[in-house]
Amino acid sequence: MLEALQFEFMRNALFAGILASVTCGIIGTLVVVNRIVFISGGIAHASYGGIGLAFFFGLPYMFGTLGFALLTAMIMAAVTLKKRHRSDTIIGVLWAVGMALGVILTDLTPGYNVDLMSYLFGSILTVPNADLWLMLGLSIVIILITGFFYNDLLAMSYDEEFARVRGVPVNFLYFLLLGMIALSVVMIIRVVGLILVIALLTIPPYIAENYSKSLAKMMLVSALLSMAFTVIGLWLSYMFNLTSGATIIMVGAAGFFISVLLDRFKRKK
Amino acid sequence: MKKPVIEIQNLSFSYRGHPILKNVNLKINERSFVAMIGPNGGGKTTLLKLMLGLLEPDSGIVSIFGESPQHTAHRIGYVPQEIGINKSFPISVMDVVLMGKLRTGRGWSRHSRNDRNAAEKVLEELEMWELRDRRIGELSGGQRQRVFIARALVNDPEILFLDEPTANVDSKGQTEFYEVLKKLNETAAIIMVSHELMVISSYVKSVACVNENVHYHNAAEITEEMIDMFCCPVELVTHGKVPHRVLRKHEDF
Repeated sequence: MLEALQFEFMRNALFAGILASVTCGIIGTLVVVNRIVFISGGIAHASYGGIGLAFFFGLPYMFGTLGFALLTAMIMAAVTLKKRHRSDTIIGVLWAVGMALGVILTDLTPGYNVDLMSYLFGSILTVPNADLWLMLGLSIVIILITGFFYNDLLAMSYDEEFARVRGVPVNFLYFLLLGMIALSVVMIIRVVGLILVIALLTIPPYIAENYSKSLAKMMLVSALLSMAFTVIGLWLSYMFNLTSGATIIMVGAAGFFISVLLDRFKRKK
Repeated sequence: MKKPVIEIQNLSFSYRGHPILKNVNLKINERSFVAMIGPNGGGKTTLLKLMLGLLEPDSGIVSIFGESPQHTAHRIGYVPQEIGINKSFPISVMDVVLMGKLRTGRGWSRHSRNDRNAAEKVLEELEMWELRDRRIGELSGGQRQRVFIARALVNDPEILFLDEPTANVDSKGQTEFYEVLKKLNETAAIIMVSHELMVISSYVKSVACVNENVHYHNAAEITEEMIDMFCCPVELVTHGKVPHRVLRKHEDF
């Protein structure tokens, strides 16, 4: 591993993985405890439509995707606000339409086409320095917002009705949360790919939930777990010359199954 | 002369075109202890949620201390129905109770020493202090319900709303629980959705029958008409466990 770090692309990959882990630890925890994994998947996939839009109209990449993802997130928030756990169908529709729009718009764009594979699995080995700074900024913004609204987010996530009675602006926080998801997902997809984002958003928080006594600890444990998965995955992919994104996911999946087995074992005793 | 703390005028509420509550008028005084009874789907919980400001009426007015319910959060306590959701949520007993002290719009807020002292006091009263660091999912149903009561009481509420508070509590726990409420009732009004008709005869001061309309009885009695026309808890009549005085005819009808 140490020799691998002589290469700048490996150092950048490591930093990118660590920064993505921080964001995914915080946002993933909120996604898992609020049971909005499906919505997050929807936002992530639909944002492909933003990539298509950006290429078709010649807009800057970030502008197109971020704008489109935020718009999708706000629509999903509005649709799911009233009945949080019963809007799968509409999410599914937005999910599919976003992707289809992206594919068609890139078809219609003459010349250069985005590679769907790099969107799915990212290109963690080719992260430029500018993207690292962007991710660092994003991580800080997410930490600050979550810290500022921590108690309100906790109350909303644990008992929405009670939170409303206490005067917590639940609707605003819900839009804010989905907005933060859109922001994180778009930035991180560029680096590690859609599939890895979903994996990092769900697997570490799922494991961490068992071992955490508070939401804040769950965020911390999730972030540390995803850092471990990312570093181990990168190392294995370097050693065995495998696709890094997929290797990181397999390491996370191994962690997931070990945790499930441990949990079973503990319960039987 | 007792002051009214809750006033409801000409309130109607419907859900997807189905009327749930029609033309409800109700006035509840300070230090009342009201049981809301009625058939399932009769609108008990809906009425409670209207009083809490969780739902908006189609027409009519709900006022709590003369204000709209949204402005009185700091003066009320709420114990929701314990249906065991979110048991795996990573939160300690202490943090659940502190949620009752939550003030919004105060970003970065860490709970103050006063908040923690209040939480300690109420947890000790309910004999739950030893369990303060436990995760909420590790508790029994009865213990969890006590945590939710602690969360409602930590704010010294002037009105306490409860939705079927003893559904998951054993009978010993229930007696203790109602003794706590009785003590609280010396200073606060209590509005409780309940199926426990035994409780009504021994602790409650008045009964509101909710079935589209509301009939308020300023006495802890259940009359035959109330049962026939509004409440219909058939097992109450057939099991015959209810003290006979609650089955007496009521003159108001």
